[in-house]
Amino acid sequence: MSTERKIRVLIAKPGLDSHDRGAKIVARALRDAGMEIIYTGLRQTPEQIVETALQEDVDVIGLSILSGAHKVLFPKIMGLIKEKGIDDMLVFAGGIIPHEDIHDLKKIGIKEVFGPGTPTGVLVKFVQENTRK
Amino acid sequence: MRKAEQLVQGVLQGNRRSIAKTITLIENNEPEAPKIVSVLYQQTGKAHVIGVTGPTGSGKSTLIEKLIRELRRRGKTVGVVAVDPTSPFTGGAFLGDRVRMQEHSTDEGVFIRSMANRNATGGLAKATKDAVRVLDASGKDIVIVETVGAGQSEVEIVKVSHTVIVVLAPGLGDDIQAIKAGIMEIADIFVVNKADRQNADKSLSEIQAMLEMNTEKKGWKPSVLKTTALTGEGITELLARIEEHKEYLKKGALEASRKDQVETELVEAIKQKIAESMVEDLKRKGEWEKLKQKILAKETDPYSVADRLLRKLRRN
Amino acid sequence: MYTPEDIRHFDYVKDLGFPGEYPFTRGLHATMYRGRLWTMRQFSGFGTAEQTNKRFKYLLSEGETGLSIAFDYPTIMGYDSDHPMATGEVGQCGVAVSSLKDMEILFDGIPLDKVSTSMTINGPAAMLLAMYVAIGDKQGVPREKLDGTTQNDNLKEFFAQKLCIFPPKPSLKLSTDIIEYCARHLPNWNPISISGYHIREAGSTAVQELAFTLADGIAYVESALERGLKVDEFAPRLSFFFASHNDFFEEIAKFRAARRLWAKIMKERFNTQDPRSLWMRMHVQTSGCTFTAQQPVNNVIRVAFQSLAAVLGGTQSLHTNSFDEALALPCEDAVRVALRTQQIIAYESGVTDTIDPLGGSYYVEYLTNKMEERATEYIDRIDAMGGVASAIERGFFQKEIADSAYKYQKEIESKQRTLVGVNDYTVEKDWVPMELLRVHPKVEEEQVARFQKMKKERDNRKVKEVLDKLHDETDKDRNLMPTIIKALKAYATLGEITEVLRTVFGEYRELIVV
Repeated sequence: MSTERKIRVLIAKPGLDSHDRGAKIVARALRDAGMEIIYTGLRQTPEQIVETALQEDVDVIGLSILSGAHKVLFPKIMGLIKEKGIDDMLVFAGGIIPHEDIHDLKKIGIKEVFGPGTPTGVLVKFVQENTRK
Repeated sequence: MRKAEQLVQGVLQGNRRSIAKTITLIENNEPEAPKIVSVLYQQTGKAHVIGVTGPTGSGKSTLIEKLIRELRRRGKTVGVVAVDPTSPFTGGAFLGDRVRMQEHSTDEGVFIRSMANRNATGGLAKATKDAVRVLDASGKDIVIVETVGAGQSEVEIVKVSHTVIVVLAPGLGDDIQAIKAGIMEIADIFVVNKADRQNADKSLSEIQAMLEMNTEKKGWKPSVLKTTALTGEGITELLARIEEHKEYLKKGALEASRKDQVETELVEAIKQKIAESMVEDLKRKGEWEKLKQKILAKETDPYSVADRLLRKLRRN
Repeated sequence: MYTPEDIRHFDYVKDLGFPGEYPFTRGLHATMYRGRLWTMRQFSGFGTAEQTNKRFKYLLSEGETGLSIAFDYPTIMGYDSDHPMATGEVGQCGVAVSSLKDMEILFDGIPLDKVSTSMTINGPAAMLLAMYVAIGDKQGVPREKLDGTTQNDNLKEFFAQKLCIFPPKPSLKLSTDIIEYCARHLPNWNPISISGYHIREAGSTAVQELAFTLADGIAYVESALERGLKVDEFAPRLSFFFASHNDFFEEIAKFRAARRLWAKIMKERFNTQDPRSLWMRMHVQTSGCTFTAQQPVNNVIRVAFQSLAAVLGGTQSLHTNSFDEALALPCEDAVRVALRTQQIIAYESGVTDTIDPLGGSYYVEYLTNKMEERATEYIDRIDAMGGVASAIERGFFQKEIADSAYKYQKEIESKQRTLVGVNDYTVEKDWVPMELLRVHPKVEEEQVARFQKMKKERDNRKVKEVLDKLHDETDKDRNLMPTIIKALKAYATLGEITEVLRTVFGEYRELIVV
């Protein structure tokens, strides 16, 4: 029988903000590209996000935040990812994130940061090219 | 194979990363998967498996969340497999059931896994059964399987569960009509959720009336009860009914139902293995395409071909 | 091209009327901006109460005529600044207000009888309004003089903004508590701002924004009637809040159609007697979701057109976004440019000299009719579903909005829709002329320290007493405003009060519709 691998993606919303328009459009675009999307819903703590990624054994974690709390929350999430030994997962982020923060976020292991106006095609391609499958 | 052994060890120790990885291997039908499943198979049978199905909007996920909460309060460990459909057009899937259960995601005693059915017929992912086994082998006391019940196809859930709960909600009246044919036989417990809504009692009596008319099912008489998952009302009673059903199964019915399950599974496994090997054989010999052409040209038909193949197999 | 053919059945008196007359298509007031300009109200708030107090005083000195408070996410979700969920969020997207203490600092030196204040707050609206009342009491301002607005539109939270604390039923109860309390005690306060803005920002079309907002309006009126109020006791104080998006004429038509449709609904469905009950008073904000992070200065031009549409559509109040908002919280210079945009329209463009200058245009009248027709179709569908609450439960709005948002995105990506600087006319390097505003991480530390000090110093026995009383009143389904005011005056915190309500009402978990 043939093996049926699918790219599994966790779309997670840390922080208290409720702007899920972007996260949902991304989820939908990735789904339409044939991936399996696990969505956490709003306002997830770093612990919940990382534990969910682990249980769902996803290939990719997409973090969406527009509240400005990324400087505190993202390092926490990346720390937990290392601690749990799932740092082979691809992590990207999106939302309102000032340009000058991007460098720091990449240093802690976030592969790419996408701002408002990113075409979904770019994202789909990014995920496809950066997953091992 | 070292990887496989490590995973098995991990699963048996309840290691969450191992459980997750093992389910992925099974889902992807990787070469190691059958071996792992057969080793784990020896360690299964301890968990009580509850299937929860019902139409979209009936509040299944919220109900499950409340069940988890109460089971945890009673010191039980819980595994959840939530199955959603794969889009037949894109092959992708949106798995959103765990949103309602997220507050249990960091609880060591709970493991939740979302699965897409990857277009398996029957609404249940092929791998669901094996995922349930993994959670069973990992030591979970209760394993809950959630599927979207759309009607007939849902009967598959019987094959993996000990107790099947069908969840309905008032105001989805048409759906009750539409799905009754498919679910009448499979439900051990009917739940009318969202009981705070108007017409909850009406739905309740409708179901009872349907059950009265259906006299075929022997032994266990399905229970019907009301819950309001949002507030947690009726959850304790639901658990009591599940417990009752479990007791009923213990008195012999479980043995019978397990035998049934083993039988179905054995038949399916034989079908699959033999079919696969025959097809591969034909492909290797280069006969596969020719056969297909002949059938298309109406020179023969699939059944005659199958008959001929079987005779040949028997001769060998 | 449009000709008289497109408005064949047009009847001036029936469809337009004179400004200040039913059905108010041409404006609520006979003289419109010739008599009085719209209120220039800039939404602001960040960091600690001290910082925002400074920003308020700056805006007032620069010619702003009304205050509008942005609260941080912990405040919006009913968490105190020291709650674990508040980590990293304190003061980030608005000002942190956890107790009356913070509110006292926020309004230090600002006499409440001299300003009008709008508060963008929904779940905990009762608590923030109660704080405002308490400040007024302390300043010796009579309650009937308090002037302002609480957004208090909890229904749209469930399908648009999604900052919900409690389930739908108790949320609607709290909204209605405020409507009732204001009708009896705060005659100059707008208890609710029924908001299409967030519906639009979540991705809806203009028609959906219009229809869903008015459907929410109907639900609030029905809820207040059920409470035993008479329609003319509260209807004149209902206010609305819309977005102004990119499509210039469509937006103008939307505002005009909104006024006409609401007037008809109030007259025909609710049989109002007071002419002011027919008024749709609206606040408009330019559309943040049209902003691009690429070439951010282009956003200045977007804001100019969007605010011109709002003015030509006859708004009562306007907020102009700052062009750097796709990048960060607005810095002071960007906020000034935004305010100047309004002032240039008001004082230089000449558009305020004529009342409803576009009235009678074939195209604008045709479009106004179309908007009304299509919105009415939606409202009929929602009625048939059993009203807004059941439509929310079925995920109707959520699905409609998600589909529109996705379609819009696809149009941009396929270049069916040009977005300057994004899918065309792009540049290698963006020009950002000023430093972005950063909220210093120290803000959280300072705020938490002050908050915890306050908690130690207050009379904790009294706090417990009043919180117990609140629990009791909540159980008994009383109007909670009076007790909440008492609790806040005793320095019970926002988080403590919300927690009491959470215990009784339960917590809402979102319905996911993609």
